[in-house]
Formats: sequence, C-alpha cells, structure tokens
Amino acid sequence: MPSLKDLKIRINSVKSTQKITSAMKMVAAAKLRRAQEGAEAARPYAQRMEGMVAAIGASIGDPTGAPKMLAGTGSDNTHLLVACTADRGLCGGFNGTIVREVRRVARKLKNDGKTVKILCVGKKARDLLRRDFKADIVDTFEGIGRRGVEYEQAQSVADKITEMFEAGEFDICTVIFNRFQSAMTQIVTNQQIIPFQAPETDGDTEKASGPAAIYLYEPEEQEILADLLPRNMAVQLFQALLESSASEHGARMTAMDSATRNAGEMIDNLTLTYNRTRQAFITKELIEIISGAEAV
Amino acid sequence: MADTIQFDLVSPTKLVASQAVDMVVVPGGEGDLGVLPGHSLLIGTVRPGVIDIHEGGKVTNSIFVAGGFVEVNPETCTVLVEEATPVADIDKAAASQRLQDAQKALADAADAKAKAAAESELKVAEAMISAAP
Repeated sequence: MPSLKDLKIRINSVKSTQKITSAMKMVAAAKLRRAQEGAEAARPYAQRMEGMVAAIGASIGDPTGAPKMLAGTGSDNTHLLVACTADRGLCGGFNGTIVREVRRVARKLKNDGKTVKILCVGKKARDLLRRDFKADIVDTFEGIGRRGVEYEQAQSVADKITEMFEAGEFDICTVIFNRFQSAMTQIVTNQQIIPFQAPETDGDTEKASGPAAIYLYEPEEQEILADLLPRNMAVQLFQALLESSASEHGARMTAMDSATRNAGEMIDNLTLTYNRTRQAFITKELIEIISGAEAV
Repeated sequence: MADTIQFDLVSPTKLVASQAVDMVVVPGGEGDLGVLPGHSLLIGTVRPGVIDIHEGGKVTNSIFVAGGFVEVNPETCTVLVEEATPVADIDKAAASQRLQDAQKALADAADAKAKAAAESELKVAEAMISAAP
C-alpha cells in the first residue's frame, strides 16, 4: 500500500503532465488552423498545375520525344520513396503509419527485385527507418514546417530529387505522406511524382471531354514542359508537405486531447485512493486511541 | 460566345482572383496576350510583369506577377504564378532592395544554376520596379 506522501507526489506529477499535454493540445490547435488554411489555399494551384501537365501530356501523344520526367526512363528498376513525417513525436500514429507504409512498399519492391532508395523528410522518418533500411536512406531533410511550410523548402527538396533524377539515380519517385482530411483522420497517400501520372479520380468533366484537345503553345511545348515539369514536381511536393504538416498538427491535437483526458481520469483515481487511504489511516489511529483508553 | 471569360489567378499560397471579366492582358513569355472570351486553346509561359483586367472598356485591376504559366480555353483563362501582388500594393523600397539583393546574388553566383536563379530573380525585381506606381 503506497503511503499518503507517495500518492500525493504521484497526483502532482500527473497534474503537471496534464498541464503540459493540454498546453501542447492548445498549441497544436492553433497551428492546425494555420496549416489547414495553408493546405486548403494551395490546393487549387496544385490541382490546376496538375491539370495543365495532364493536358500537355495528353496532347503530346508520342511519348518517345517527351521529356523523361513526363514519360519515364523506360525502366522501373530503382524506386525513390520520399517519406514525409514530422521532426517531433507525440502525435499519435502520425509518424508510425507513414513509416509502416514505407516499410511495406520498400519490402514489396525489394521482393520484386527492385532497388529502393529512401529520402526522409522529417527527423522521425530517419530515426524509425534507420534500423531496417540504413543503407537505403539517401538523405534527410529536417526542420521543414517548423514555422509553417514554405515554398522554398519544398523547392529545395524538389531540387535534390531533380538532381538525382538527372543523374539517373532512380526511375520512379513516389511520395508517401498523410493527406489531411480532418483533425481526427489522416489518409496515408502514395503519390507518384516521377514520371508524371495524371490523377485517376479526375471528376472534371471539362478535361474528360477533350483528352485530345489541340493546344497552341507559346513558346514550343518542349520548352514549356522543360519549365513546367520541375515546377509541377515542386508544387506537388509543396502540397504534400502542407498536407503532411496539417495532418501532423491534427494528429498531435487529437493525441494530446486524449492524453489530457487520460491524465484527468488518472488524477480522479489517484485522488480516490488518496482519500480512502487517508480515511483508513484516521480510522486506524482512532481505533488505536480508543483501544489504548479501554486498556487503562 | 459568352460575353465574359472566367479569369483565375492562382499562386501557391492562395487563389488570388477568380472573376468573370471582359478581357485580360497577360504578359506572355513571347509578348503580351490579350485574352478575350472564345479564345482558342493555348498554353504558354508568363514572364514577370503586370496582368491587366479589363471590364467595361477600362482597366479595373492590375496585378503584378512574377512569372508562371497560363492556360486558356474558350471559357476560362487560368494563370498560375509564383507570386502575385496588386500593383497598388507594391512597395518600391522593398522592390529596389530586392533588385540589389538579386544583383549581389548574381555577382556571387558560383555555378550555372545559382546564376540562372539570380538572373530570373533580377528580372522579377526589375519588372516589379517598372510596374510600381
């Protein structure tokens, strides 16, 4: 049976933990709102950019002359996986689900005899993947989204990917990130960014009606593509990072909310035990006094 | 043919403008493009410059853009840009500072890539200064 003092100490320690978790929840909630606005504001740009590339891709028709970033290198031997996680933990299953998906995909590719390379965005991806895939991790980007995701940060990741692609270090690049749906739900998404893949669930009737639309190009389409494709990749990455950042804050808010609630429950239980022990102690003392008086 | 064309100006951080207009003039990579309703399908680049929105025979809104892409079809004109600032909001001092920074970056550029980046930044800054009221 723990003594009164032990109980008191435990209650106090749980209370201070609760203070921390509830503060973290509040911070996450504030950041979530900003990140969510950012992610939602950037969606139209990313979608239209994707639509534009899809339109050009559809009108080119002959893939042999098209840039490799659009048409692919012609083989699929080396895969680059970009794992988007957070730098910090304490956000529920946020990092875990991404890492699990990366592991699953990497194992599957390896079983098929492909080479896998992993680019980690966020410290947690590296920490968690290092054990199993130490040799495959190419690089790690940290500190993204600490003060909100900025386009330049996505650009720097995109530059690295472009550089590797041009050096022929991989054939297919897939980004694995959490798509933000609500503070409670994040959807793990695998998005292939190289070679470019038109979104399958394109509900836009306009585009569906005219896949072979003949566009005028100014300047030449090759020139536009040379400019547009790297840009599109950066934008898709930027979008992924924004979604990931919003998801992170959402996940952290939910996790901290339940942690705060659990701490509250624990405090109630401990307080009950504390009071019971206190009463038992008083009763025991009284019995001792009374029996002492009777013995006289 | 519709009387107006739907004009969307989108930057990575937000949908800057989305409205039905009579005509827009976009600074295309190879010369200014006047886009009227019923324009044929076109995809082009956008150089740093000013987009003028025409309504009722006069310019109702001017927005500075720092390069990007334009997609036109008969009903809509979508412009994707890296940054967009209404001309009235351009801070001339900030723009000259940017010009200086770009010039310095160009002078310090070590490789071809950094040089290209600095050159494009320089063009943006120059266009911004000339667009400032």
